[in-house]
Amino acid sequence: MILDPKIPPGPLPDKWEAHRKALKALDPSVAQRCRVLVVGTGLAGASAAATLAERGFQVEALCFQDSARRAHSIAAQGGINAAKNYPKDGDSIERLFQDTIKGGDFRSREANVYRLAEISNAIIDQCAAQGVPFAREYDGHLANRSFGGVKVRRTFYARGQTGQQLLLGAYQAMMRQVKAGRVRVHPRTEMLDLVVADGETRGIVVRDLVTGEIHALSGDAVVLATGGYSTVYHLSTNAKGCNVTAAYRAYRRGAHFANPCFTQIHPTCIPLAGRYQSKLTLMSESLRNDGRIWVPKQKGDTRPPSQIPEAERDYYLERRYPSYGNLAPRDIASRAAKAVCDEGRGVGPGGQGVYLDFADAVRKLGRKTIQERYGNLFDMYREITDEDAYAAPMRIYPAPHYAMGGLWVDYNLMGTIPGLFVIGEANFSDHGANRLGASALMQGLADGYFIAPLTVADYLSGRKPQRGDAAHPAFAAARREVEERTRRLLAVRGKRTVDAFHRDLGKLMWDDCGMSRSAAGLTRALAEIPRIRDAFWKDVTVLGGGEELNQALERAGRVADFLEFAELICRDALHREESCGGHFRVEHQTADGEAKRDDARFCYVAAWQFAGDGQPPVLHREPLAFDAIPLSERSYK
Amino acid sequence: MRLTLRVWRQKSAKEPGRFETYEAKDISPDLSFLELLDVVNDGLQQRGLDPIAFDHDCREGICGSCAMMINGEAHGPQPAVAACQLYLRHFKDGETLTIEPWRARAFPIIRDLIVDRSAFDRIIQAGGYVSVDTGSAPEANSVPVPKPDAEEAMDAAACIGCGACVAACPNASAMLFVAAKVSHLAKLPQGQAERKPRVLNMVEQMDREGFGNCTNHYECMAACPKSIHVKFIAQLNRDYLKACRRR
Ligand SMILES: Cc1cc2nc3c(=O)[nH]c(=O)nc-3n(C[C@H](O)[C@H](O)[C@H](O)COP(=O)(O)OP(=O)(O)OC[C@H]3O[C@@H](n4cnc5c(N)ncnc54)[C@H](O)[C@@H]3O)c2cc1C
Ligand code: FES
Repeated sequence: MILDPKIPPGPLPDKWEAHRKALKALDPSVAQRCRVLVVGTGLAGASAAATLAERGFQVEALCFQDSARRAHSIAAQGGINAAKNYPKDGDSIERLFQDTIKGGDFRSREANVYRLAEISNAIIDQCAAQGVPFAREYDGHLANRSFGGVKVRRTFYARGQTGQQLLLGAYQAMMRQVKAGRVRVHPRTEMLDLVVADGETRGIVVRDLVTGEIHALSGDAVVLATGGYSTVYHLSTNAKGCNVTAAYRAYRRGAHFANPCFTQIHPTCIPLAGRYQSKLTLMSESLRNDGRIWVPKQKGDTRPPSQIPEAERDYYLERRYPSYGNLAPRDIASRAAKAVCDEGRGVGPGGQGVYLDFADAVRKLGRKTIQERYGNLFDMYREITDEDAYAAPMRIYPAPHYAMGGLWVDYNLMGTIPGLFVIGEANFSDHGANRLGASALMQGLADGYFIAPLTVADYLSGRKPQRGDAAHPAFAAARREVEERTRRLLAVRGKRTVDAFHRDLGKLMWDDCGMSRSAAGLTRALAEIPRIRDAFWKDVTVLGGGEELNQALERAGRVADFLEFAELICRDALHREESCGGHFRVEHQTADGEAKRDDARFCYVAAWQFAGDGQPPVLHREPLAFDAIPLSERSYK
Repeated sequence: MRLTLRVWRQKSAKEPGRFETYEAKDISPDLSFLELLDVVNDGLQQRGLDPIAFDHDCREGICGSCAMMINGEAHGPQPAVAACQLYLRHFKDGETLTIEPWRARAFPIIRDLIVDRSAFDRIIQAGGYVSVDTGSAPEANSVPVPKPDAEEAMDAAACIGCGACVAACPNASAMLFVAAKVSHLAKLPQGQAERKPRVLNMVEQMDREGFGNCTNHYECMAACPKSIHVKFIAQLNRDYLKACRRR
């Protein structure tokens, strides 16, 4: 089936404005009888919940953390993009649009990306008005910096805590609506299923993580803002609780999943140190503005970095990409690091690392300047590794970071089940096969503040409010299924911990479906995943009961879903016989090892439809057309 | 290295709690404190015992989830880090560590090291925001903010809401938390219109939640993983008095 994204007609720059005007608004007196369930309180969810409530809707907002303010968005460091062109360096909506399309390697929808660029400026206005303490110039105006993969300064930031400050702004806006009585927040509550009846979204099934009670919530629309799934790799830069459960359960209920194999591996993270490591810490990409990346020219060179003379170092990014050098986009920088390590030229324990060297920058700018720019990052690096990055280069290595793939949505951000909206990292969105730095925060807030509130209202106009009615038998049926699954997880009483299985899955995914992928590796993974899954259901240990706070049970449910979802990622990666952005198939590369797209065969969004357990999912295609920017080979050389 | 852990175990708010002792042997000093708890939990589960429940998420000191007293100190002995950023190399081989939840009337225990911090959310709800509906904001650069004010606002806004300030205070006062939010918004032009009702409402809610009074011990600043400065408490007091006088 060919999927229809319902892109409005008209010239690209006019589409959103015309469409926005045509969307039907709801009178607040009608809106207040409609209940919208917003799952997730990250940037996307909190901004949507606040805005929907401002427009009069009754909102129920959920998160699994103990407070809405702790959603994973809080951890974003670097910044948020907007086309304000304050530095007057030639930026524009047009240019942000072009950079995003090219950065995404021509696998995103032109109309959506254009809208994103258009909305970007209003986001900054909104956040500044909320009191987000953005960095300022001495004249009191907003400061900008440049960020991975682009040459203009369009990134707004609040020290190294941009995500935190933007999220607090959205959270506060939402709490204002809690006070107004229009939002109810349910922290420590996890969505475990979607309720669909008569082909429409009717509600969700949740578990209260404190009491263990499982119950259903009905709503006139459901907005999923549940974030990304990079933790399928076990170790990633994401928070420990990040998971795919909400999105995957919606997929099983009929929502199509788009481009699951488009995952982003971030080039600058602290390398893995030991078996019990639980997390890979991101070192902000901004470090690449001043640090130089290198490895020894010779294989197996174990000399300390200071004893390796200049002539025996390979500054491989500068060598291979003279135009962008150390600022090459993430997918390219990550792959290049893997390549030199695979050649045996990696540094540090296990040879899984490359140097990020600040010696030249310190010499040129002085230690004080470097300290001002990156002091907190150097401190963090020392705390974790016990090494001083002023004295010797940092060691970094790529790590799973972001999911470009997600639930398929149309131009209105509605999925394939009517009444199910998906926003933020959870949808497949606007980043194609690779996301540019500082664009996820922009997209989450564009979706949440400016798009979903309008399209949800349009969907609800002219419909009869359900008024919290959960009487349809579909609710009881879904709840029973969740209860049954919980009971099964607790009944295994095996010998291996949930984490042990997660680690096995993560390693397999990293090896066979990570930075580079091959038909042989993916086929192997597709055979191995069901084996790990079977072992999980035979031998996992989840102690305690279901009617209490039980963190092992929470994790078990998430890992069980990953053990199914991982297969979908590998299947998608196997079917896409081309390399694009973060998806690198070794069979498809140019003579000098660059990703080779196949536009004739794969210029489409792959949306997968669940067909039942043990059945291969059905592939639907949404063809992509590039009218404004002609298809071309990405070049950062 | 080897560590002995005395950990507070409590099945629920209703049941009494007690300390249990666990040995952690052959552990790498490069582990973080929460990874140590992961290792101990792995061992407990292998032996069929309930793992220790503790809040955590980002594991990089920004979400404010992790919260525990380590040897009587909130987030442990290292200054300016959360428990998730505390590495075992700061402890001595063979040391015994006592691990407890935050203790405060306003933070009731849920299980083991997990407490209910929703009082903080209710304080924000009482007024910790700027009232501006989506889409009604002026152009961002039309309201310049002097750089020093923006920097100071950011110093206060860096609070991660973990509750260490309350746990460290002999009176279980939430003044540093409230002061951080009040000062963040008071330093910015956007926060002026609601400055008075904000401080009154937030302080009133803080009192209603059962937090204690500030008697200038300043343990809060020492325990704060973000080193939020007590000067913001002075700012809060000034704003509060001014708002009261004009009421
Ligand atoms: C370390 C790091 C740094 C980053 N830095 C940047 C940056 O500088 N700039 C940038 O643009 N992007 C950055 N990103 C990416 C960006 O932070 C994320 O893509 C973005 O914040 C995701 O926001 P979200 O609202 O979609 O989801 P999240 O913030 O992940 O929120 C998900 C929400 O869903 C809830 N949830 C999930 N599952 C369930 C369930 N089953 N039931 C109930 N609730 C559920 C969670 O509780 C949470 O509230 C960074 C990412 C990382 C990991
Ligand atoms: S786990 Fe997030 S601050 Fe410690």
